[in-house]
Amino acid sequence: MASFIERMYLYRVLVLSVFLSITQAVDRSNFKTCDQSAFCSRQRAMKPGQTSYTALLETLELSDSHLTVQLLNNNNKVLLLLELYRLQGNMTRVKINELKPIKPRYEVPDVLITDPPTELMSVVAQDEHRVVLSLGGEDWRLILSAQPFRLDIMEGPQVLLSLNSRGLLAFEQLRIRKDTKSQTDTEEAGEKEDTEKHDKEKVSEGEEEAEEEVDQPGMWEETFKTHADTKPNGPSSISLDFSLPGVEHVYGIPEHADGLRLKNTDGGDPYRLYNLDVFQYELFNPMALYGAVPVLLSHNTHRTMGLFWLNAAETWVDVSSGQGSSEVPQTDVRWISESGIIDVFIMLGPRPNDVFTQYSSLTGTQAFPPLSSLAYHQCRWNYNDQEDVSAVDQGFDEHDIPYDFIWLDIEHTDGKRYFTWDNNKFPQPKDMLQGLLDKRRKMVTIVDPHIKVDSSYKIHTEIRSRGYYIKNKDGGDYEGWCWPGNAGYPDFTNPEMRKWWASMFAYDQYEGSMENLYTWNDMNEPSVFNGPEVTMHKDALHGPWEHRDIHNLYGFYVQMATAEGQIQRSGGLERPFVLTRAFFAGSQRYGAVWTGDNAAEWGHLKMSIPMCLSLGLVGISFCGADVGGFFKTPSAELLVRWYQAGAYQPFFRAHAHLDTPRREPWLFGPDNTALIREAVRQRYTLLPYWYLQFYHAQRTGQPVMRPLWVEYPEDIATFSIDNEFLIGRDLLVHPVTDERSSGVTAYLPGTGEVWYDVHTFQRHDGAQNLSIPVTMSSIPVFQRGGSIICRKNRVRRSSSCMENDPYTLYVALDSQGKAEGEIYIDDGHTFKHKTDKQFIHRRLSFTANSLSSSDLSPDSQFPTASWVEQVNILGAQKPDAVTLTTTDGGESSVEFAFDPDTAVLTLRKPGVNAGVNWTLHLR
Amino acid sequence: MSCALLLLLTSLALAMGTGTAVEIQRPRGVPQSKRQFYEENKPFTCLDGSSTIPFDRVNDDYCDCKDGSDEPGTAACPNGSFHCTNAGFRPAFIPSSRINDGICDCCDTTDEYNSGATCQNTCREMGRKERESLQIMAEITKEGFLLKQQLIHEAKRGQEDKRGKLTELKGSKKGLEGKVEALRTVKETAEDPEKEAKERHLKSWEEQKELIRMEKDKTRMAEAFLELDDDADGYVSVAELQSHLELDPDSDGSLTETETQGLLGGEGKVDTSTFETVWSGIKDKYLSEGLLDPPAPVETPQEEESRDFVSDHDSDHYPEDYAGEEEDVEDDDEEDDDHDEEEEEKVPPTVQTPEKREDDELSMPPYDTETQSLIDAAQKARDDFDEAERALREVDDQMKNLEKEIGFDFGPSAEFAYLYSQCYELSTSEYIYRLCPFNRVSQKPKFGGSETNLGLWGQWAGPEENLYSVMKYDHGQGCWQGPNRSTTVKLTCGKETVVTSTSEPSRCEYLMEFTTPAVCQEPASLDEVLHGHTEL
Repeated sequence: MASFIERMYLYRVLVLSVFLSITQAVDRSNFKTCDQSAFCSRQRAMKPGQTSYTALLETLELSDSHLTVQLLNNNNKVLLLLELYRLQGNMTRVKINELKPIKPRYEVPDVLITDPPTELMSVVAQDEHRVVLSLGGEDWRLILSAQPFRLDIMEGPQVLLSLNSRGLLAFEQLRIRKDTKSQTDTEEAGEKEDTEKHDKEKVSEGEEEAEEEVDQPGMWEETFKTHADTKPNGPSSISLDFSLPGVEHVYGIPEHADGLRLKNTDGGDPYRLYNLDVFQYELFNPMALYGAVPVLLSHNTHRTMGLFWLNAAETWVDVSSGQGSSEVPQTDVRWISESGIIDVFIMLGPRPNDVFTQYSSLTGTQAFPPLSSLAYHQCRWNYNDQEDVSAVDQGFDEHDIPYDFIWLDIEHTDGKRYFTWDNNKFPQPKDMLQGLLDKRRKMVTIVDPHIKVDSSYKIHTEIRSRGYYIKNKDGGDYEGWCWPGNAGYPDFTNPEMRKWWASMFAYDQYEGSMENLYTWNDMNEPSVFNGPEVTMHKDALHGPWEHRDIHNLYGFYVQMATAEGQIQRSGGLERPFVLTRAFFAGSQRYGAVWTGDNAAEWGHLKMSIPMCLSLGLVGISFCGADVGGFFKTPSAELLVRWYQAGAYQPFFRAHAHLDTPRREPWLFGPDNTALIREAVRQRYTLLPYWYLQFYHAQRTGQPVMRPLWVEYPEDIATFSIDNEFLIGRDLLVHPVTDERSSGVTAYLPGTGEVWYDVHTFQRHDGAQNLSIPVTMSSIPVFQRGGSIICRKNRVRRSSSCMENDPYTLYVALDSQGKAEGEIYIDDGHTFKHKTDKQFIHRRLSFTANSLSSSDLSPDSQFPTASWVEQVNILGAQKPDAVTLTTTDGGESSVEFAFDPDTAVLTLRKPGVNAGVNWTLHLR
Repeated sequence: MSCALLLLLTSLALAMGTGTAVEIQRPRGVPQSKRQFYEENKPFTCLDGSSTIPFDRVNDDYCDCKDGSDEPGTAACPNGSFHCTNAGFRPAFIPSSRINDGICDCCDTTDEYNSGATCQNTCREMGRKERESLQIMAEITKEGFLLKQQLIHEAKRGQEDKRGKLTELKGSKKGLEGKVEALRTVKETAEDPEKEAKERHLKSWEEQKELIRMEKDKTRMAEAFLELDDDADGYVSVAELQSHLELDPDSDGSLTETETQGLLGGEGKVDTSTFETVWSGIKDKYLSEGLLDPPAPVETPQEEESRDFVSDHDSDHYPEDYAGEEEDVEDDDEEDDDHDEEEEEKVPPTVQTPEKREDDELSMPPYDTETQSLIDAAQKARDDFDEAERALREVDDQMKNLEKEIGFDFGPSAEFAYLYSQCYELSTSEYIYRLCPFNRVSQKPKFGGSETNLGLWGQWAGPEENLYSVMKYDHGQGCWQGPNRSTTVKLTCGKETVVTSTSEPSRCEYLMEFTTPAVCQEPASLDEVLHGHTEL
């Protein structure tokens, strides 16, 4: 009886809690606040004040490449070693480690693409209090002060940045646990634990005066909810503060569901960087999400700088803006990490572009994606079976909506065993893929890093027998719950493991795969349903290192190994396409990311803009949010608006939760179908422009989707804007993100700049707020005067079908009647642009009434069938005649039409090949 | 350069059914019906009239007309369409964006004239296959339509039967109603004397019982008097009575002298005759000393009492009630009926237990023969009445069901009537799906587990012109974080009545395909079917 009643009660509680968890958004109690994280609360309790470190200048050594000096902790006499590097490209690297740690501390490998090249540093002046070093140039200086220890980077008399100016440097040295007796006692008699702990505390209190350092709670073990974190290495956290005088605006440190500009964290929690699978995340808060890039940018009208804190452990970042001394605004930033070393790259700009160049010289640039991956992706958890895939594919053709990729979520597998297919639902995967290939379309299947523990599953048995699984603290294979039930987690930090994983994507290994099948890595934070904070126990082991040390790197490695597998399967010929949810600094080298499990709410649509802008600032350009929202069901209006916004964001994929009704674009009546079709078509016409932006991103590290301030760094009005953005330099987008909106106000930046509405060609002056009335079909987009954008206006059912199609040029004249642009063409999918220099890169330039195409890369070549079918000159005057001159000396007359209402001059069918030199003269 | 496309006039040798060949010239992508608008060497006016262009700009791979009509054979216009003749199969229009996109769309390959795609002309093959399938379909339709006629006929007959039955039932209902009324009178007439006789019997029994009780009481009083009169002086004194704490009027645990005196009517002691009045005041509380006496005494009666209580609690009805609740929670509505019966069976014995004990001593004597015969007569009248009433109810139910069935929308000619109260199953790898038309759809796992309701009959839900092609079942079992399950059943013409497929295109929204002759349309002649689709 009783047991029955208990059962019923439990059942009700369960039902109730499930109910609660779906009506509220995120269950915050599943995730730690700083107070609940022992090292964070310990470090944060330290207040700005007298530093306890002294730089021992007598230990200073200067070599060609760097300077070293010992730092003394005045309280416990522990010595640290400071290394200073002047790096090429106007960067400074600061490393601090223990001089003699009792065991090595983790230093993040594989993220830097190379050992950053150094430049000569020289001592300019030195006395017993300080050393002044030259950072090059006339007046760039680095001042190292001894007592208290601090570093100041100066330009002339101006302090650009100071380290440890608030004295928050704290470096918990590794130590032997003092009270080992009580530890064994605790292990032996669990029940006595509490009392013994009390006793111990009492003893400790009594000894406080005598002993230098007292163990604080949470140093040697920590419990969160029901999860214990044994800490065999004890406390190991690090912290350092930076002051940025003259700075009011700081950005970056994604991933957070928050505005573009970072907020003051005084009185709240710091921004947290700890890759986590957060169920139904909340907007506008500093909680950690799926990915972490520890890079912060500062910006004011004079200078843009960056801080790259190279540490993969759980990290918290405090941001505090206010008045510094002498009423100058100042921003203080403080980084706290749980383990590892201090390794900071200070990128000194001075322009936004310089910071991007500096950062990408460290961690690499965005991988150049296959052209088709910039087109539209259709996803759903789940497309049920082959017939379903074929029906959806058919649906796009019937409704004349283009798409390039259809995606299969976890249900396509045999019991969530990745690299396999459900035999009933997908009996002939190759037939299915061939069917897509016949339409020049592609597919993505999901491959997650949790591996079902099942002795009849080859992937599992191989990983187990090769010892590639992450180990638990006791040395056994770590196991946790995820989609397949009990699962193991391969140790992707092991290069041997990654090599093996990559080999699994070979066509003969991944059965049913073909060259038009690509990959999606989800759940790679890693997500562990029954783990602390839904992730892995920190005391799990990756070889000699704890999971604590490497946590934020796990997803980075998963995508790295997967992308490598895709490259290898084609013999190194084809570019990979891999989408990841978790990421770290450098993840841009391996593919695309998305903003995870968002929701069908207007707030989430709005949030997609700052989230992707923040990622772009720290190198990750290929970003998108689930169009329509993953959880919940969008209204037709929200869905349409999301397509319109998504069509102008880098990664353009619709996705939906299993429990939501179907939402393929044609299910909301003919009007909405037409609106969605139009948005997707606009994306396809602009694919040449998108491709060019990614070509640039790969070469220079510039973000594709940019905040306005990146291009208008002196226009203060742009500094906090995150409801509109630029694609490259030339397109300004202000998506409609409000329900039943009748108008938006877009800020058009740039004094003297001219902007053209891309739909009406109406001309507007820069440096103004423009009210734009909108209807359901409106997507406010403007082309910058002075730019030339190439489109392909013949939208076909997939981007591959448009390969040989002609271009239409949109020449938007600036106030001087000039414009410039570029065109980039290659095969769209191989590395031959790199290996064989097979590409076309040309400059298009309009000046003195002539539009000409000239080669930017004469030593490369690529045969293209594309030609120029039309040229539209915006802001033009009517000419008397137009002639075309080609390199072979031919000259012909070109017909034209001029619309005086819009001042658009349309040149009819110049007909020249897109890969040759030509000039069009207006007379 | 691929853009330099000449105006291509297609020469089409079009095979007519008769075998004669006629040569027509028209620009690529133009259907026969619009040929007259494209006159060679004459200026072309866009079909929307928006502008006029030289004829050499038709199909020159540049879009001049807003309506796309100048480029019927190229992909230049975003809104153009291309006509494939598809000789041997069905002609078709495709969006002009599919011209030369490397994908073969027209079976006659004419859409891929400059893409490098190698397309095979599959029109004849497709035509043959289509004719074959049309033929099969036509045969099915034909046979199906015959079956449908039969179904209509049967439905009509069934409907008539039902109407006839209804009329019949209405008639018998009237008869039954009369009978019920008559029997009610008989019953009431028989019950009056029965009631009187019973009351009489009862009254005399009550009187008798009262006498017995008085007698018993007297005996008990005498015994009590003897018990109380400890010194056997023929009087019960205050002191003697005071030991009986149970008589304490204010139940404060002590029986004071004053209180005891009060019990004795103010006297210090009473004799047998006065004790009679005292007895009537204390007899309800009085406990015999014989029971109080034994050494471990005081609690004995209580113990007995509590044992009673415990056994009551333990053995039967309490747990039974709980068990009942348990079932209630688990099985909810499904087993309600069973459960009620069980409860009725199990509860009565325990309820009777305390009564039985008194009845041991005081059970009512049987009725005398006269009364018994009155009772028997009344009982018979009651039984007759009940039976007549039951019969009337049955007729009522039958009528209701019939009316419901007659009222159902079984299609324009009631051709779907035969599906009523039938069920059809389809077994898949995991589940058995069950469609009971006009009732419900359900799903049961093959390997254990309970049935899930996928929807109850809602309505016909086809498009306006074909309402009876789709059935909608809704308000099925709820889904977690989702809607209630629902099922759409698509009906297609077939000789047999079968569920052919099921799927769940969206979470908890099921789709079922169902063939039945009832939707077979009157077949057009086969020739019409085969040739009505071609342009030729």
